Amino acid sequence: MILVLILYLLLAFALFLIPKKVSKYTPVFIALVQLLVFGLFLSFLPDIQNGKTISSLVEWMPRLGLNLEFTLDGLSMVSVLLITFIGFLVFIYANTYMSSYQGTTRFYFYLLLFSASMLGLVLSSNFIQMFIFWELTSILSFLLISFFNENEQARKAAFQSLFVTGLGGLCLLVAIILIGSIVGSYSLTDWIDKAELIKNDGKYLPILLLVLAGVFTKSAQFPFHFWLLGAMQAPTPVSAYLHSATMVKAGIFLLARLYPILGGTQEWINIITPVGAITMLIGAYLAITQIDIKQIFAYTTISALGILVVLFGISTELSIKAAFVFLFVHAFYKASLFMLAGYFVKLTGSRIINSYGGILRKNLLGLIIVAVALLSMAGIPPMFGFIGKELIYEAKFEAPWLSSLLLILGILTNVLMVAVSLLVLFKLYLGEAKFDLGVATKKYKLLLVSPGILAVLSLGLGLFPDTLSGIIEPALSYIYSGEAVIKLKLWHGFNTILLLSALTMLLGIFLFALTYKNKRLIKGWQRMNVRLFSINFNRSFSKGLSSFIKISAKNTHFIQHGYIRYYLTTIIVFSSLLLLFQLYITRGWEINTNFSLQPYYISGVVCIITFSSLISVFSKDGLFTITAMAVTGYGISLIYLYYSAVDLAITQIIVETLMVVMFVLVLRKLPRFIVVSSRATKIRDGIIALTFGLIMAMLALKALNVDIHPSIADFLVENSYTKAHGKNVVNVILVDFRALDTLGEVTVLVIAALGVFTLLNVKKVRK
Amino acid sequence: MEILLVALIGLLYAGGVYLILRRSLLKFIIGIIFLSNATNLLVFISAGIVHGKPAFVTGGDADPSSMADPLPQALVLTAIVIGFGIVIFTLALKSKFYSVTDKDDSDEIKETDI
Repeated sequence: MILVLILYLLLAFALFLIPKKVSKYTPVFIALVQLLVFGLFLSFLPDIQNGKTISSLVEWMPRLGLNLEFTLDGLSMVSVLLITFIGFLVFIYANTYMSSYQGTTRFYFYLLLFSASMLGLVLSSNFIQMFIFWELTSILSFLLISFFNENEQARKAAFQSLFVTGLGGLCLLVAIILIGSIVGSYSLTDWIDKAELIKNDGKYLPILLLVLAGVFTKSAQFPFHFWLLGAMQAPTPVSAYLHSATMVKAGIFLLARLYPILGGTQEWINIITPVGAITMLIGAYLAITQIDIKQIFAYTTISALGILVVLFGISTELSIKAAFVFLFVHAFYKASLFMLAGYFVKLTGSRIINSYGGILRKNLLGLIIVAVALLSMAGIPPMFGFIGKELIYEAKFEAPWLSSLLLILGILTNVLMVAVSLLVLFKLYLGEAKFDLGVATKKYKLLLVSPGILAVLSLGLGLFPDTLSGIIEPALSYIYSGEAVIKLKLWHGFNTILLLSALTMLLGIFLFALTYKNKRLIKGWQRMNVRLFSINFNRSFSKGLSSFIKISAKNTHFIQHGYIRYYLTTIIVFSSLLLLFQLYITRGWEINTNFSLQPYYISGVVCIITFSSLISVFSKDGLFTITAMAVTGYGISLIYLYYSAVDLAITQIIVETLMVVMFVLVLRKLPRFIVVSSRATKIRDGIIALTFGLIMAMLALKALNVDIHPSIADFLVENSYTKAHGKNVVNVILVDFRALDTLGEVTVLVIAALGVFTLLNVKKVRK
Repeated sequence: MEILLVALIGLLYAGGVYLILRRSLLKFIIGIIFLSNATNLLVFISAGIVHGKPAFVTGGDADPSSMADPLPQALVLTAIVIGFGIVIFTLALKSKFYSVTDKDDSDEIKETDI
């Protein structure tokens, strides 16, 4: 399995090496590879049917539970076969469809990578690894939707789909990690073993909701369905492949994959079923008034995805069975319909269905294929769709929860589907031919190959449905972990279900008769829909997004305002609070400070310093400020000198002198102080400053009363003369014990000096 | 005496903070000097202050408790010098900045473009 993925990957990159001359045949070649892989996987089918699973494991980071794990079981088998088979057909189709566009190599590159990541997704049995493939499909879908990237609509739609599915993907990741933390592993088998543990965990509901966020966004469930409509900007092969048969089915696949782990609970049923039901009804309902052929099919896709979700929600064996059958039904007819839509667009250059009048009148082959696909969608016997629909009815009929409501909704959905199918069919066949299509029909006749194959399948499987049982049985036995036997038949005998089918058909035909040709009704209906569904998801999405960006811009502007003094205010206020907190939690220390003011001359010095600092702070004259500052500095050096710090005193005096000289030199060029701050600002700053000063004074007081034992000084004093041969211990520390520090200090000074030198010597750049 | 020094440290910090919150860049630099002086004093007095007994030794048999603690002194000495370097560099920067832009108001330098 890993080899297959690597093959896809290598092939994808090798596409760029294919010379121009033979690049015409690239898609055919890829299609053949897909067919080969399809055959390869099909050859494993007997094994799978016998209940075996084929796994491979490459350990990567086993301690973190990150391994490459692939498993081919019944469920992945179904998906793999669909992905490779539809992939094969899509590449054949794309060969003709894409030939007139630029940059096809890039297109096939994306499409092939998409196939690979889809395969990886369904084959993964490590959930972190599966998530990576899951995201890859989102990203490739983005690239494919925006393939016509000069079109703004396409770019917008691509971004939208990436945003929505990406958001869901993140939710999914959280869910995966949560489950991983419960189970202690990311491996599928471990998860299944501990399913009960997960279901009984307190975090089960959040996990389920997060998983469903991933599923519903990916599978375009209401209210996330809108991205799928936008995704119709993609080239038609992409719509046929990603947005009907594979990527949107990834959500359904995940539901099936997680069913043995999370499924079947009351929460599962109560959340999933209604969402699916709403989606299926809304999709079908909105499809009927559309006039853009791709939009019609997109809405019916949404509806079909809703049906699948409902079936998984119902959680009976019958409903799951119906889901798998319908999965095939839908993949076959919808891929075929999209390809046909692309065919019509090529023929007429338009996507508006009303302009297609009589397009198929002289095209018998096309008519048959379209009819088969549409009838399968409508669920009319003897198409495969009929069997799918019968099963769905049966499943809903026997649903343990809300069965009558579900059945009514299901019938309504199908009535609408029948009407849509007939509308499309008749619009294509009847009406005046507006185009001379002779040449174009011939030119694009190859586009009918793939839909043709699918039509044959839709009809053939309708007549002999049991051929599919062998593929679906193992998938069912994955979900119910036991033997599963399925008998698919076209004819079920006379029973309620058949009656319901007949009723559906009649109502559908009635609805069709009512709406066809009755333009006023349709128009009125459209207007009503617009009014009813006035929430335009598309628009509210972009609105929501831009307001989000605005808010974050505002926030950034608020925090990163660019005023240095407010940054400093913030820093100081917060450090004051922190210090205060620290002082509070270490409260209770004794104060045995000497309160005497002896000796008086040092008290005098302190007074002078106080006075000069006040002048320095409040003076409005530069020279005055600097002089006062110097007095402060010299005063401090006197304090140092008195309290046995000779070296400090000397250094301070030198530094202070130099500093004053420098300031005076610079001051000459500087303006006088401007009074810019208002009184209120000054008072505010004063309060902040005084608070900070008070807190620092308290800190100093506390520092005085903390004894550090044993002091390092003992060692320094002892060894100063004996080892370092110096009598001044401070000097010895600087040049011997801590010589490296001093080296650092010197370096800083040198850098500062270089900086000053450069700054003062650079010529004026701009004035 | 310590209580006075502690008050002085508080005053120097308060003055420094007040100055760095001003819009004039020169006042800002003087504020930095204040803060650096205050911090030096804080470190210096936190080891305890001793009058008239500098850490000089004449042999290996000196009694550490009879003299001032040399370690904070060494640290503060380094700090004084580095503080000086910073102030001088900032001053040069400020002077150059003024000669290029004619601005002394920190509120006017909130954009990176001139």
